[in-house]
Amino acid sequence: MSSAGSIMPDSAPGEVSNPLWLLAELTYRCPLQCAYCANPVALRYNDELDTDDWLSVFEQSRALGAAQLGFSGGEPLLRQDLEILIRSGRELGYYTNLITSGIGLSEARIAAFREAGLDHIQVSFQASDEELNNRIAGSRKAFAQKLAMAQEVKAQGYPMVLNFVIHRQNIEQIDRIIELSMELQADYVELATAQYYGWALLNRDHLLPTRAQLERAEAVTNDYRARLNGSGPKLIFVTPDYYEERPKGCMNGWGNLFLTITPDGTALPCHSARELPIDFPNVRQTRVEEIWYRSNGFNHFRGYEWMKEPCRSCSEKEKDFGGCRCQAFAMTGDAANADPVCSKSPHHHLITDARERAEQGMQQQPLLLRNHHNSAEAERLIAKG
Amino acid sequence: MSALALPAAVPALNRHFRFQWEPAQDCYVLLYPEGMVKLNGPAGEILACVDGERDVAAIIACLKARFPEADGIEQDIREFLGDAHEQRWIDYA
Ligand code: SF4
Ligand code: SF4
Repeated sequence: MSSAGSIMPDSAPGEVSNPLWLLAELTYRCPLQCAYCANPVALRYNDELDTDDWLSVFEQSRALGAAQLGFSGGEPLLRQDLEILIRSGRELGYYTNLITSGIGLSEARIAAFREAGLDHIQVSFQASDEELNNRIAGSRKAFAQKLAMAQEVKAQGYPMVLNFVIHRQNIEQIDRIIELSMELQADYVELATAQYYGWALLNRDHLLPTRAQLERAEAVTNDYRARLNGSGPKLIFVTPDYYEERPKGCMNGWGNLFLTITPDGTALPCHSARELPIDFPNVRQTRVEEIWYRSNGFNHFRGYEWMKEPCRSCSEKEKDFGGCRCQAFAMTGDAANADPVCSKSPHHHLITDARERAEQGMQQQPLLLRNHHNSAEAERLIAKG
Repeated sequence: MSALALPAAVPALNRHFRFQWEPAQDCYVLLYPEGMVKLNGPAGEILACVDGERDVAAIIACLKARFPEADGIEQDIREFLGDAHEQRWIDYA
């Protein structure tokens, strides 16, 4: 890293820094049905913010200092006003990023977005071959469309990020995934192992790779890195925290950098926080500044006062902030507990059990694709615990 | 250590990065897919002179004129641009 710049904010401890990153989840609607989708399982599609609501959110957040603006979902292309939103984001000075499955994209739309000032496009793939990709995505036509659109994104001069969610069904083909990314001339490739929230947690037995699979995949990735030697795509391998003994410093700290606005205007410190039993404010009633600096939802897990043992007296708490609140809640029932990924957590066995299940190939229930029909079943399973 | 930028090289910003002044950070930054580099004062001033037309010698002359009291900045500028090239922030035309 150069001495000339730093990536992280340098606010003094105890002081709340400004939001840097605004994630606009424009809609939960999506033509695909990924079983690892991080959207809430209780899918509510209605009551979306309208164009003016969004424009106001962009303006307010930019005034607070947010510099990155991601358009995501669901599938953001389903919003007819996407071009207007992009144009406004760009004019306000954001670096704008469209996070899409590629379904609903066309040559003309890519050009229109370019003209509106879109800075970059991230296309997600489910696998490197048609059959598996379409099975995971629950769609028969997805793969061909994705390929065509990734080529078009490059042809029109955007920097392109390809995102592959990696799990036990596609991890063995990681070499082909990397080859595909090279062919498509991606600039960045995220090989992101699934994170177990929302639908992914329900489907974990079908998704969590074994340790051996993971180690092999990392070795293959390192091999390609060495071979590419700085040319070609930059490979970013995100390991699953399930095989760590310490949690990740989730979102770089609660309410520290990230601001997510969900389709109905609920403001969250991270995109999975909706599942927490906390009342989060809504941009329809509350100004973003008030939300960020003074709402109970955002102040809830700032600092260290809220912590329980073993985190409270732990010397590592400034490094990982006790891990992920959403994971702590989903697995232990109390969001103030240590993230069970931590080997000091009394709930760590929940993680080692899941590893063991992955090793044995145990599957408690069939794979649930993310869709309306499965939503009720998913809610029932969560209620049952 | 990265190579010093040659006086005749013409640096241009890599089009995958956007360089701009951020009032909230009170500094110049480089924005790129999913990230931001905050630039310190001198780094920001140097990149502000990179326009794809000036060569390194012209950039040095320009900064010397703007900061006449700064001594020996020539070496610093060439070092920084070498570094920036290695980080892929700039390309040479
Ligand atoms: S993960 Fe799949 S189902 Fe979920 S929003 Fe993305 S593309 Fe749609
Ligand atoms: S006990 Fe808590 S603070 Fe300490 S390392 Fe584990 S999760 Fe982090």
